[in-house]
Amino acid sequence: MKEISDLTFSEDAKYTKDHEWAKLSNDTITIGLSDYAQDQLGEIVFVELPEVGDTFSRGDEFGSVESVKAVSEIYIPISGEVVEINEDLEDAPEQVNEDCYEGGWMIKIKPDDLSEMDDLMDKAAYLAMLKG
Amino acid sequence: MRYLPHTQEDIDIMLAKTGQSSLDELFTTIPDELKTKKPLDLPKALSEWDLDTHMEGLASSNISCRDYKCFIGAGSYDHYIPAIVPYLVSRSEFATAYTPYQPEVSQGTLQGIYEFQTMVAELLGMDISTASHYDCGTALAECALIALRKNKKANKIAVSSLVHPSHRQVMETYLRPSGFEIVEIPRTKEGLTDATALETMEGIVGVAIQSPNFFGNIEDLGAFKTIADAKKIVFITSFTESLAYGLLKNPGSFGADLVAGEGQSLGIAKSFGGPGLGLLAGSKKMMRNLPGRFIGRTKDANGNDGYVLTLATREQHIRREKASSNICSNNGLNAMTAAMYLATVGKIGIREIAQQNHDKAVYLKSSLEKVGFESVSDSPFFNEFVLKAPKGFSLKRADLIQNQYIFAGIDLEPYYSDLKDHYLFCATEKVSKKDIDQLAKEVTHA
Amino acid sequence: MHKQPGTKGLIFNEPQLWDKSREGRCAISLPRADVEQAPMDERFIGDAPELPQLSELDVVRHYTRLSQWNFGVDSGMYPLGSCTMKYNPKTNEVQAARQGFAGAHPLVGDEFSQGALKLMYDLEQHLGEITGFPAVTLQPAAGAHGELAGMLMIHAYHAKKGKQRSKIIIPDTAHGTNPASASLCGYDSINVSSGKKGILEPATVAALMDEDTAGIMITNPNTLGLFEENIKEIAEIVHAKGGLVYGDGANMNAIMGVVKPGNLGIDVLHLNLHKTFSTPHGGGGPGSGPVGVVEELIPFLPVPRIEKNRKGKDLSTYKFVTDCPDTIGRMHTFYGHFGVMVKAYSYILSMGGEGLRKTSQLAVLNANYIKESLRDVLNLAYDRPCMHECVFNDKLQKEHHITTMDMAKRLLDYGFHPPTVYFPLVVEAAFMVEPTETESKEDIDQFIDAVKAIALEALENPEELKKAPLLTKVTRLDEVAAARKPCLRG
Repeated sequence: MKEISDLTFSEDAKYTKDHEWAKLSNDTITIGLSDYAQDQLGEIVFVELPEVGDTFSRGDEFGSVESVKAVSEIYIPISGEVVEINEDLEDAPEQVNEDCYEGGWMIKIKPDDLSEMDDLMDKAAYLAMLKG
Repeated sequence: MRYLPHTQEDIDIMLAKTGQSSLDELFTTIPDELKTKKPLDLPKALSEWDLDTHMEGLASSNISCRDYKCFIGAGSYDHYIPAIVPYLVSRSEFATAYTPYQPEVSQGTLQGIYEFQTMVAELLGMDISTASHYDCGTALAECALIALRKNKKANKIAVSSLVHPSHRQVMETYLRPSGFEIVEIPRTKEGLTDATALETMEGIVGVAIQSPNFFGNIEDLGAFKTIADAKKIVFITSFTESLAYGLLKNPGSFGADLVAGEGQSLGIAKSFGGPGLGLLAGSKKMMRNLPGRFIGRTKDANGNDGYVLTLATREQHIRREKASSNICSNNGLNAMTAAMYLATVGKIGIREIAQQNHDKAVYLKSSLEKVGFESVSDSPFFNEFVLKAPKGFSLKRADLIQNQYIFAGIDLEPYYSDLKDHYLFCATEKVSKKDIDQLAKEVTHA
Repeated sequence: MHKQPGTKGLIFNEPQLWDKSREGRCAISLPRADVEQAPMDERFIGDAPELPQLSELDVVRHYTRLSQWNFGVDSGMYPLGSCTMKYNPKTNEVQAARQGFAGAHPLVGDEFSQGALKLMYDLEQHLGEITGFPAVTLQPAAGAHGELAGMLMIHAYHAKKGKQRSKIIIPDTAHGTNPASASLCGYDSINVSSGKKGILEPATVAALMDEDTAGIMITNPNTLGLFEENIKEIAEIVHAKGGLVYGDGANMNAIMGVVKPGNLGIDVLHLNLHKTFSTPHGGGGPGSGPVGVVEELIPFLPVPRIEKNRKGKDLSTYKFVTDCPDTIGRMHTFYGHFGVMVKAYSYILSMGGEGLRKTSQLAVLNANYIKESLRDVLNLAYDRPCMHECVFNDKLQKEHHITTMDMAKRLLDYGFHPPTVYFPLVVEAAFMVEPTETESKEDIDQFIDAVKAIALEALENPEELKKAPLLTKVTRLDEVAAARKPCLRG
């Protein structure tokens, strides 16, 4: 596993304590796992995602990521309806390891309440949390 | 005792290492009041030859110790087992190994079961097969649970009344505590599942049809697939006689989503009903819902081909309470046996054996019809069929078992109360024309 | 040091079956057709399945070569923790293969199956005596299947009492099958931590146990190889709130003739005949998972059950009974894994009561001997007297970046099957050794020497160790690739 200083953190994303990130562009929010999370999980072999049209409240489990010998749930940072899922992950789950902020995104949602974004951590706050 | 290697000297040295003065003292962490005070009340240990005598005594009070003629099936079939199958499967490297968790020293089991998965998928026309289940009944119960969990909007599953009665009971046992319900699909006069009844059923998540069904008749799986598609429900098929698919169109070609089957016919002894072999296959989209182990092909660090247990995250040792099933041990050695059998008979052999089963069954049916048994349907069957027996047959049947070692049919009334005097017969490649003629002659005098 | 068993030798490459296949071969001589061919209805006829076409010798060589890539108990010591890989006696196989047993059809009727029924009845009695329960069912097909049967009985018991409960307490040391079996009954698993001593504390259970909790599932001895000393007190706490105690008897090999689970407050317990009672594991199964219950749970046992009728003074007959209104129902198409039962029965008769007690004593002796012999080279997870298995981890090797997995793989080169690794989950990187009673002192000493040698390699040559195993047919396999792009058939 890497040192925190060797990990990358996207500037324009916001983060949760469970290590998901959320990025707002136009009206949708894109969600994925942080570099710290993917590094902790190790080589990801499968990503289970919801279906388009599913709705979740903040903090709900919306899917899971699997390594060879572990399964981890992933939680939604913002309430909303799923409008798109990253179908490429079905054949290439390694994208989550290799490119977690771009190619490794997981879902896009239409948020119920944009102000929930304000409750998430920015990069500096998230880094501070990781460094404990 | 010959399995215990310790000499007194060994025990003394080993005890000294542990710092205890006696074997009893090893159990100091167990509170005294919890220990048993009396020795176990069990028979005195037997020598190997005394054991042989005792066991042969028991075995010979089963009628099966005789060279008998078997005209019954109903989920346990009397097929010829080629000599190489038990010979090879008894190799201790297969028999005395654990689950292949250390793949570097388990490639024999792993490749063998991978080949099993491949041949089962081929036999059934399905995308994938698991590494085995306990038996058909439990495999079918798992299929029902998959269908029920996939669809949260309803809690019922339609099951043909011509699915093996014991399989339906096992399904009930598995489904009841979760509040899931089985709705039985009635049968027609032709001994087939009533498709029109299924069409009218509402609130079901899946349908399970056995073919050949419990009466031996071949169901029109295509028709059920059409109904399942219209209802957008999971289509499950099952079977008790695997050799049928040496001759019949396989469930995959009819679009089955899940298939549960009994593989006992594939080189496995009847053994009073177990261990048999649960076969469990599915379409690719069911891969992550299927319970139990899978073997997958991969490479080692030097680029050599090899095999490993894979997709284990579905299983209980990782996912615990969220696992797709609680299964751990499966029927691995019997899966290996089935693979050996399939490799032995091959494409040519399975076709010929299946054809002979069918031929003998047709001949048996027509022979019995000539001596007073009544046909109850004209539905095509594989190697089992139902006949209504003439008066006095039940006594004659008991007499045939007792005195001639001929097992002539299974009484259906305990399973279907309206079928008084109806018997389920079976013929396999092991019965000869002579045997059939003899049976017909015997029952003529009933 | 003794010479270690692992060495190199000639093994063969062998392709997949279908790579050897040649059109027209067949390894069975088919019987001559003696009745007229009856054409199958065209609507239903399919193509012949594309099975491989081989000669008899092709098949024999294929499986002989495959078998040589495997490691079994007959090959060498197999100290897998919680798996009880003891020697599988060969006479058991002979007994199960007798025509009267192997050839028995399950539906010929009780009257013609008295030998099988008597064997099953007596085996139930013997297992009841060993575990201290008044009734036993042999029907479950494996340990996990036995757990399911047991949990279904607990579920049915609460249903009968008129109020179903929603939760079940499960310690963190439990096998994964425990929570998975509970889930099948709709119970939520409440995870509870073992205390500092590696065993459950009554106070922890008391804090969780309430009238919505169906009971607790306890493995005793637990998967750390420790006896749950507080079992009786815990059982009383659970019973006081109307709950039941499920016992996982996977580790029964430690306590036969010493403790009867039925006397500990356990209400229902499963056994693994393929662990304690010497039937072979078969590379994954078939096993058999009998379940013993207390008086109160007898009505819920699966059907069919076996009953003995006394006829006169000596003559007894046996029959299957299905008329049990409160039964959980049927667990298996027929009566369970009869073939496996024959082997376990033959084992019990070969050992006798005193032999079984000796078995447990020696199993515990072997484990404690290993624990004491390796405590300086491997970190002991719990430094207490153990039962039939002991748990270490890789703490002492960490600074050299050597893991439990590396040491396990290296053991293969020395000719030993590795212990259970990374289980139980409560010990980080666990290395869990269960030698069983059938290993001799010499073999155990060799194993100890091998582990010590590997510990030394970890200090002196860690890079080489990371490449292990070196002598096996294949080396470490790419499990990530296998799971990312599953290839499950040829």
